[in-house]
Amino acid sequence: MLTRQHAEEIFAKVLKYSTADETEAIISSTAYALTRFANNTIHQNVAEEGGALSVRVVLDRRMARASTNKFDEASIRQTCEAALTLARLQPPDPELLPMPGPQTFRAVHRFHKETAQLTPQARAETVRQVIARAEKDGLTAAGIFSSGCFAMGLFNSRGLAAFHDETVSEFSVTMLGESSSGWAKKTSPNCRELQPEALADRAARKALESREPREIEPGKYTVILEPAAVLDLLGYLFSDFAGLAIHEKRSCLTGRVGQQVFGANINVRDDVYHPRQSGAPFDGEGVPRQRVTLIEQGVVKGVVYARQTAHKTGAEPTGHGLPLPNEIGETPVNIVMEGGRTSIQEMIRSTKRGLLVTRLWYIREVDPYQKILTGMTRDGTFWIEDGKVQYGLRNLRFNQSIIEMLGQVEMMSPPERAAGEETFDMVVPAMKVRDFSFSSLTKF
Amino acid sequence: MKDFAQRALETARARGASYADVRVTDIRQRYLSTKNGQPAQVRESESSGLGVRVVAEGAWGFAATDDLSRASVDRTAAQAVSIAQASALCQKHAVSLAPETKVVDRWVAPCRLDPFTVPVSTCLDLLLKVDAELRRVEGVTLAEAVLDFRRLEQLFVSSQGSEIYQVKTQTGAGFVATSFLGNEIQRRSYPNSFGGQYQTKGYELVEELDLVGQAPRIAEEAVALHRAAQCPSGVKDLILGSGQLGLQIHESIGHPIELDRVLGSEANYAGMSFLTLEKLGQLQYASPIVNVVADATPAHGPGLGTFAYDDEGVPAQCTPIIKDGLFVGYLTSRETAAAIGQPRSSGAMRAEAWNRIPLIRMTNVSLLPGQGTLEELIASTDDGIYMETNRSWSIDDRRYNFQFGTEIGWEIKNGKVTRMLKNPTYAGITTEFWNSCDAICGFEAWTLWGTPNCGKGQPPQTMGTGHGASPARFRKVQVGVAYSG
Repeated sequence: MLTRQHAEEIFAKVLKYSTADETEAIISSTAYALTRFANNTIHQNVAEEGGALSVRVVLDRRMARASTNKFDEASIRQTCEAALTLARLQPPDPELLPMPGPQTFRAVHRFHKETAQLTPQARAETVRQVIARAEKDGLTAAGIFSSGCFAMGLFNSRGLAAFHDETVSEFSVTMLGESSSGWAKKTSPNCRELQPEALADRAARKALESREPREIEPGKYTVILEPAAVLDLLGYLFSDFAGLAIHEKRSCLTGRVGQQVFGANINVRDDVYHPRQSGAPFDGEGVPRQRVTLIEQGVVKGVVYARQTAHKTGAEPTGHGLPLPNEIGETPVNIVMEGGRTSIQEMIRSTKRGLLVTRLWYIREVDPYQKILTGMTRDGTFWIEDGKVQYGLRNLRFNQSIIEMLGQVEMMSPPERAAGEETFDMVVPAMKVRDFSFSSLTKF
Repeated sequence: MKDFAQRALETARARGASYADVRVTDIRQRYLSTKNGQPAQVRESESSGLGVRVVAEGAWGFAATDDLSRASVDRTAAQAVSIAQASALCQKHAVSLAPETKVVDRWVAPCRLDPFTVPVSTCLDLLLKVDAELRRVEGVTLAEAVLDFRRLEQLFVSSQGSEIYQVKTQTGAGFVATSFLGNEIQRRSYPNSFGGQYQTKGYELVEELDLVGQAPRIAEEAVALHRAAQCPSGVKDLILGSGQLGLQIHESIGHPIELDRVLGSEANYAGMSFLTLEKLGQLQYASPIVNVVADATPAHGPGLGTFAYDDEGVPAQCTPIIKDGLFVGYLTSRETAAAIGQPRSSGAMRAEAWNRIPLIRMTNVSLLPGQGTLEELIASTDDGIYMETNRSWSIDDRRYNFQFGTEIGWEIKNGKVTRMLKNPTYAGITTEFWNSCDAICGFEAWTLWGTPNCGKGQPPQTMGTGHGASPARFRKVQVGVAYSG
């Protein structure tokens, strides 16, 4: 695994071969393994390790980037030369800012040795126990158990030096019955927090309790969305909280910044320092990430800015830029949404007629300004009546504006770190939402 | 490449692998984009490494590294075997592979003009010309243009003695005009969405696409969409342009025919398939005029799914999938073919790069052409909508219930196009939809489209797939669904 010292040595060589006015290097390494199971068998089991060196050069305000996955001297030289050659072919950008100088970073500790050292044998043993749980109830288990670590250094010729390392782990399980399924997933930098057996138990119960699903008519219903479902919807909203997207009028927040767009109970910030978050405390140029309030009592309060976008629009940079050059500008990646105090069980008890949704799937944006999203329910959808879960439901397609949805939130649970399949992990609550629009059914 | 690969094989076998294959892969990419009159991204990357896949104690293991030193290659091969031995702790049946003969061969995909030899300045000039044409149209608020070049070089060796070297050059090109007005964002893409058109071809693809020539029309349409009527809701006859139909094929035929999905391998992520085994040879998937093949052979065209051998060393094949509307074939691997008693893999296994295992991926899953022109098809439609260029796509995890949105539509009344429509959407159930197909245009209207970003697998992989299609008509389809609530 890359150490800070090794990353600095590599950068020293980059500086040796770069004749640019300014040079930046992002140096990273990954060691990652994933044990995958289906049909109560481990059917795929993989591991990889590798590194990456990405060099950005600026020559007379002409910028380009070249990358390699090799750290030997010849590869470093060739990559620098490739970047310089490309840069010379650019027109100069009069608005290009000089690279940032040295920065001070707030430490985040997200490296757990046990997670980094998790073996395939240990993962297999955990999977064996989960499979045993499935077989106890006549179910079929499918899922993954993964772990790994990565390290990244970002340095530039103006003296900026940033380094971050982190471990990752994930356990996801789908339990399949004859006519139903259930799902649960957790991620954490610390594999001890995953609790695979509890996840297996939750997924199994969902599969058992949604057997012989029934149909309901499409329409607008009260829904209780578990955190994974909330997360995968919100993932389509937060790239709009970007300065360049608003400046270029491709954001649904164009013309809406400062306005009450969401319900007054909606409060969201971007906060890499939250204890349940992941990631580095600096952005793609090495600028320290700031906490930014995005939505406050439903008002679009703040937007994130890379240095370049901030310069263009007269705003202050917030440390959310993507590595240059890029088309997007910046994006929030550490979403924390405040919740409430109502548990999912309490939400169910308070519901006369409605649905409980475990997760959503294949969500896509139908309308970029109204922010209508479509997708399907999946792996554990239930009908609630008179305060109780009554039976499982065949899955439904929704078409719902997420802007409208966040004005129809009646209850929220305390937030938790959630993981889905459509977007990055977030800290979000479960939500009870009225008038959520389902447009059709499927056959299972 | 060969020395590393052979060394890895030897180590894997010495450690106890009953089967092993090794891929040494080098991928080079050059990506150029412009936005509103300026270069946006100009970058090059190269990534190379080695992946070792083994069967040991009846189970699979895989390990990959980008460090091609002798010690690292040995360590990686040993690691693959150790991982397989861990897999064996949860094994019900030993891995069994359909037989395949050893192959020693070399194939380089035809490429008339190597895109990496085209000067970057020439590429940027072209993109900026496109950009200028787009922004000449008042109302365009964002103009984006892209060129994307890749070169994939791979050596495959196996413990059965195969040694296959392949090189593929792929080119992608396209542009988007976006217009913001009032409370609406509209966009038009050319020649297709997802970055444009992609083929296994050189820069000659860019020359064929007439990007500068098409830019004014596309920009004007992006702005005109604000004034267009909203796509009505209801049941209509629907004509899909070939680009949109390519994605319809991808989602509602290509994915459900992946046999690993049918057998449950993707249940935790990409999902399963409604095409359960008893449906093979039995299910009337589509109307009798519909014929679909999965064809990886170079004779089918320079699609993203074209190659000489897959990543298990199986030769490229043309596999009938739907014949006269009847479901007749899956995409298979050596393991899944054996699982259902088929004598041979259909050669559909591909990995994104050196650090991923091969999975069953679509090759070129294409709708064979019918007869007639688009104009003739429109003229024979009394009350319908023609939709073109994808904007949104979604389908359930068994591939039944789908919904698509396109960038633009046109209403058809009594055989004539009457007015432009905005925000078109349509939805259906896969087999009902395909059984409603009553006309397919001929070969002159057929294009082999490239989808560069198909996602599957855990850890996730992206793969390019090809889809040939002519415009086609579908009767009585639910349209305007997404806005009707």
